[in-house]
Amino acid sequence: MTTRPQVLPGFRLSLGITLLWLSLIVVLPMAALALRPWELGVAGVWRSLTEPRVLAALRLSFGAATLAALVNVPVGLLTAWVMARYRFPGRALADAMIDLPLALPTAVAGIALTGLFAPHGWVGALLAPLGIKVAYTPLGVLVALVFVGLPFMVRTLEPVILELPRAAEEAAATLGATRGQALRHVVLPALVPALVAGFGAALARGIGEYGSVIFIAGNLPMVSEIAPLIIVMRLEQLDYAGAAALGLAMLCAAFAILFLLNLAQRRLGRYA
Amino acid sequence: MNLQPTQEAAGTRAALITLTLLLLGLFLVLPVLVVFSQALSHGVAASWAALGDPDALASIRLTLLVAAISVPLNTVCGVAAAWCISRFRFPGRALLVTLIELPFSVSPVISGLVWVLLFGANGWFGPLLARAGLHIIFAVPGLVLATVFVTLPFVARTLLPLMQAQGALEEEAAVTLGAHGWQVFRHVTLPNIRWGLLYGVLLCNARAMGEFGAAAVVSGHIRGQTNTMPLQIEALFNDYDWVGAFTIAALLSLLALLTLAAKMLLEWRIGLKEAAR
Amino acid sequence: MTVELQDLRKRYDGRVPALDGVSLSVAPGEFMALLGPSGSGKTTLLRAVAGLEFVDSGSIRVFGRDMDGVPARARGVGFVFQSYALFRHMSVAENIGFGLRMRPRARRPARTEIARRVRELLDLMGIGELANRLPEQISGGQRQRVALARALAIEPQLLLLDEPFGALDAQVRKELRLWLRALHDRLGLTSLFVTHDQAEALEMSDRVAVLRAGRIEQVDAPDRLYAEPSSAFVHGFLGESLRFACVVAEGVAHFSDPGLAPMPTNQKPGPAVALIRPHEIQLLPGHGAGHIESVHATGPLHRIGVRLGPRLVELLAPANGLALAPGNPCTLDLSRARLYPEESPR
Repeated sequence: MTTRPQVLPGFRLSLGITLLWLSLIVVLPMAALALRPWELGVAGVWRSLTEPRVLAALRLSFGAATLAALVNVPVGLLTAWVMARYRFPGRALADAMIDLPLALPTAVAGIALTGLFAPHGWVGALLAPLGIKVAYTPLGVLVALVFVGLPFMVRTLEPVILELPRAAEEAAATLGATRGQALRHVVLPALVPALVAGFGAALARGIGEYGSVIFIAGNLPMVSEIAPLIIVMRLEQLDYAGAAALGLAMLCAAFAILFLLNLAQRRLGRYA
Repeated sequence: MNLQPTQEAAGTRAALITLTLLLLGLFLVLPVLVVFSQALSHGVAASWAALGDPDALASIRLTLLVAAISVPLNTVCGVAAAWCISRFRFPGRALLVTLIELPFSVSPVISGLVWVLLFGANGWFGPLLARAGLHIIFAVPGLVLATVFVTLPFVARTLLPLMQAQGALEEEAAVTLGAHGWQVFRHVTLPNIRWGLLYGVLLCNARAMGEFGAAAVVSGHIRGQTNTMPLQIEALFNDYDWVGAFTIAALLSLLALLTLAAKMLLEWRIGLKEAAR
Repeated sequence: MTVELQDLRKRYDGRVPALDGVSLSVAPGEFMALLGPSGSGKTTLLRAVAGLEFVDSGSIRVFGRDMDGVPARARGVGFVFQSYALFRHMSVAENIGFGLRMRPRARRPARTEIARRVRELLDLMGIGELANRLPEQISGGQRQRVALARALAIEPQLLLLDEPFGALDAQVRKELRLWLRALHDRLGLTSLFVTHDQAEALEMSDRVAVLRAGRIEQVDAPDRLYAEPSSAFVHGFLGESLRFACVVAEGVAHFSDPGLAPMPTNQKPGPAVALIRPHEIQLLPGHGAGHIESVHATGPLHRIGVRLGPRLVELLAPANGLALAPGNPCTLDLSRARLYPEESPR
């Protein structure tokens, strides 16, 4: 026997198309990203990444994304629980709306949130007398990232909640636990891996977010400037290597965070 | 009325439901309402005029053009990839899946950055192509490339689990009955994946039309020429032209709502079929 | 010969071989069963003949043609899948006509001709009224017949069936067995049929090939297979089988269990095993090292439990008025047993 034909047709054609498509659209650009920073040399890359303005922006991007993902934990948990466990009129509609931040273009979300929370906006005007400024401050960045991350948390949690074995909660009841105790000691621990996974997904999305944030952020250097904006600036200044260095660093950091969260999730999952 | 042992008290439930609906309403519904309210703040005539503005029309045309190129391209290649990965076994399958998922994990600005690195004024191929008179960045081709990158995964990752779950038995049966390549695909595979395919195309299109971050990096922000709708929104917003910006935003919001509705319908359709099996 | 298989070998990823040197011939018009436990390679063999799997070495000839390099769609062989694999979005009639519609222009019958043949097959299968139904709307047994009709529509001369009755309940299975064999005879087909159910294989086939771990243990007509199994495995696989360890010396087999009369044999000297069916054991009451423990009068045969030392043996004996009371001593005569050498582990 010489060549081995495949049972189903189209192997060579489909593989060829796939490889060509992926090489040109994914591998080639990512190679450019991986290789370009190094024309500065390792020391140069380090210098480029540790400029005070860059560090401030990274702190804001990562910090706000983390905080937003943390806020999304209770909000997402509450939403997912209500959607998964309760029946009420309009539930299907509300459930569909949760995907809205995913479906809405980021620029639209960006100006909408700015319009909402600006000093004369519907919500901004309510908060102004209380001395709370949302638009054009880091708080605005936080709000935008919570908006963007919510669907990730809810969609990760909902299927897990739906598949929770009711028998465990029934057992807790027969053993005398109140509903609150059952929720705290039986249900919540079982959800921890999913909570971690949802947190990771929302976090990953928030770190690189641009459109939803750029309008409401204010973009003052060292104060309310996000990291992606610095990449844009460097490109405009033709500092391609510097832009690539920052982009590569952000990508690697995002992967590292996801990897660690994955590990944590697996470890926590063992006790679920 | 007896309370199920796995249910919270009725009062608690009502409170939680109300709280959730309030949060969702505040967070999700209000922003959309703001868009329409601002768009129409000076009356319907003003919004209509804003849409008729030549730069706005150009941005709509450009958005449609970019989508018309990227969506079919990624659909055809996505189907090919799903066929290849789900129907055959060969080393490196997992790598291909990872590559397909990659654009999802890359943030929008970086998705645009990589193309500038390739074709920008200081890029690997930029100067070479510029001498031949080809301009990629700050022109339409750059926008297309960035959009193709960002929307690459949608069709493939919808079809892959679907085709894997459906299995290859029907296709094998068709082969024993004498059908060749295209016949198998057209008569057996395509009818079975059509709802999943539509779903993937829908998501791909929504993203293609709404992409902002990547487009912002590769576009020249030249009004009337290299501004897609999201970029035009940004330009008008920065000019304090609320009506103009929010009107275009309202158009995109309508698209988003339609996509959501179609998504709901298709999920119900696909879900129902799966349950019946 | 319709099918000739020579020394087929196939190994999956360097593990246990799926086919370990299989050679087999199927005569025209024959109904042959491939029988064996799961993992014995029978389905792999069937799929290899159809072109749905490829062997590492060996030759497959169908109708005298060498099938090396011939794709499945060009083999002209009908295949019925275990799970039917009906096209879920096509009606029953469209499913059946599929093979005819896929023929190249030159060989494709006219639309009216295809419809006529589909109608013919629907009537043959007795499912005429289901023509416009979808697969999900009909029962398992009906789907089975559609799958068969679909395979027959392309007028194959060789029909391959992969555990076609596996997913059906016992009653439906029995009816379909008789009906399928009758169909095979009526249409003059050659059929190769995979099953793990020995009763089914023995009932339906002209010859049965027993497979184990990728090799053919024995190929014979059912009655010879049952009466003269060539190995301990085949004996055990074809029916209820009791094992008695023994040692052969000077033409006599001496058993290790008490209460068993030694028996003459021409097996080679050395350790051996005697296999016998429960109804073949003869009970000699009145004396011996064994004793009767229980008697269940179940139908024409009594189920008698006899204790031989630490071991309890159940045999079937006709109710012939012998006074068989629990507690009575007895000896068992195993002269109808078949002896096999002690098996070395494979």
